[in-house]
Amino acid sequence: MNAPVYAVENLVIDLYTPSVSVRAVDGASFHVSPGETLAIVGESGSGKTVMTLGPLGLMPEGVAVDLRGTARADGRDILTLSPSELSALRGGFFGVIFQDPMSALNPMLKIGPQLASQAQKYAGLSAEAARKEAVSLLARSGIPDPEDRYDRYPHELSGGMLQRAMIALALAARPRVLIADEPTTALDATVQAQILALIRTIQKEDGIAVVLITHDIGAVSVLADRVIVLYAGQIAEEGTAIQVLTAPVHPYTRGLLASVPDFRSESATGTKEIPGIPPNQAQLMPGCRFADRCDMVQATCHSHRPRLQTVGLGDVPHRVACPVVIAAEGIVTHD
Amino acid sequence: MTDVKQADPPAIEAQGLKVHFQTAAGLVRAVDGVDLTIPKGAFHGIVGESGCGKTTLARAIIGLQHATEGTVQINGRDRADWQKQDRKGFARAVQFIFQDPLGSMSRRQTVGQTLEEPLLIHSIGNASERKQRLAELLDLVALPATVLDRIPRSLSGGQRQRVSIARALALNPSLLICDEPLSALDVSVRAQIVNLFARLQAQLGLTIVIVAHDLAIVREVCSEVTVMYLGRVAEQGVTKPVFADPAHPYTQALLSAVPSPDPRIEAPRPRILLAGDPPSPRNPPPGCRFSTRCPVVEPQCRVTEPQLRPVAHSGQAACHLAAAESHAVI
Repeated sequence: MNAPVYAVENLVIDLYTPSVSVRAVDGASFHVSPGETLAIVGESGSGKTVMTLGPLGLMPEGVAVDLRGTARADGRDILTLSPSELSALRGGFFGVIFQDPMSALNPMLKIGPQLASQAQKYAGLSAEAARKEAVSLLARSGIPDPEDRYDRYPHELSGGMLQRAMIALALAARPRVLIADEPTTALDATVQAQILALIRTIQKEDGIAVVLITHDIGAVSVLADRVIVLYAGQIAEEGTAIQVLTAPVHPYTRGLLASVPDFRSESATGTKEIPGIPPNQAQLMPGCRFADRCDMVQATCHSHRPRLQTVGLGDVPHRVACPVVIAAEGIVTHD
Repeated sequence: MTDVKQADPPAIEAQGLKVHFQTAAGLVRAVDGVDLTIPKGAFHGIVGESGCGKTTLARAIIGLQHATEGTVQINGRDRADWQKQDRKGFARAVQFIFQDPLGSMSRRQTVGQTLEEPLLIHSIGNASERKQRLAELLDLVALPATVLDRIPRSLSGGQRQRVSIARALALNPSLLICDEPLSALDVSVRAQIVNLFARLQAQLGLTIVIVAHDLAIVREVCSEVTVMYLGRVAEQGVTKPVFADPAHPYTQALLSAVPSPDPRIEAPRPRILLAGDPPSPRNPPPGCRFSTRCPVVEPQCRVTEPQLRPVAHSGQAACHLAAAESHAVI
């Protein structure tokens, strides 16, 4: 496998507001290589966004952050970079697409020039070449009549078109890693399918690394090669998309998948529910964070934090943080 | 005549319903000629993409939104007359659940006050009977009695939605209309609320209309479905046959867009990718509203607007290429 372009190890992120402190990410590691898509799956508050974007200096506003661990972009330590160096890295090495296109596009500027200026700044193109590049990026992102759209303001485009324009903007700097934070959540079903297909095409053609941050199992199934399931700031399970989505081991992953009906299966699969709600991370207990909602819980779960154990070998190991299931089902581990 | 038993009127019968808004940018035809009949005891899903008018339709049905044209009968009575003559009686029969439970509750009232308010307004029971009713309501939506003293903000999203459902049930309505009641919830909590709706429907014999965009959930719980596109009904019928053999090309594309959570099913699956976004309801295209994106469009589609007619799954579709014998497949 290719060497990772973005690798994070033993990341711990504490967030502080005047009234609460929260351990948003608790010892998570991940990496992504050129040409592969890693999906980071979790519900709101699971820490999936801060885990991915935190090391790049993108943090929620108005909170103090304490971040430990290592994070490398192309082998270079990025946690020691100055704010201006980080900013340059975000613009060039990392391309980010958000749920809300208007958080990336300047409403006061025309679409095309915003793209062109990125291409000039980060891809080192001349003004004329940058304009051409911008038009071709718009066309590539599936925007009809790109010459015309070049001179439009963001408010003149529909939601799906804006999402495409933001993807074009993220690509203008020719990034090595594309981070997509809930890229389709706000979109309608038919537009969602278009955007997922677009991300996949770009990834195949450019061979870039993609990190997909989402709670949408359908989007994961369409795009991901590998999957990390995050629960309350800890990795519950990781492996290939096939391993995690079709043979899940962790009770949370199993519950999450059972709660999503399979629209494509012949019979109604039913929606099973996970009881309870995700824990309040300001008052975390020791032990497994899923323990209070778990139907396999044992006394030790409340006191001992489970470590990730390898339950499947291969190019990508399948790892699960639940000794209870592993013991109960006699699953062989390889650690 | 006396021997002929009057058929039970449907829970909802809308005819020629239109809701137009005058805006600075022009006339928005949010709902533009909808006929809809929902029998008593149905669990009906209204689906479609943003701007298709599904929420406006739901609001117009109960008069939260002024209809520009058309009539709505609820339980056989003209809705507008009913509300004029007996507003409280109407409120006892029909309840609405909003997408954002927090926005539809007072921030200062406790859950107990929130649930008791409809009983007080309708002068139902004395203090101890009301207390008894509150306990029944909490039981119905599976909330612990401890939530009574809490304020909505301190509850989780799923608990808040349970409270708004309990409040809607307080007056024993026969019809519940819900606007995207799951959208604001976490994935793992969504299933809890879906199952709650299904259980309430069976237990209380309610008619439930749910506006949704999650087609997988509609397939799980709704007995019938209406698919809307740009202010009109594209297709309607019994959910299972409609989803198994959709007659309208838009329904086919919409269903194709839903991915399977199983990558082994998803990877080899051919998908229908439509070009472009839905047009603006400000100026819908002439003829069939889907004609600008339809992969099997024919010249007549751009001229004549298709009307709903019977199709193979024994529901109805508004497509020139769809008839009882056959329909286009894209």
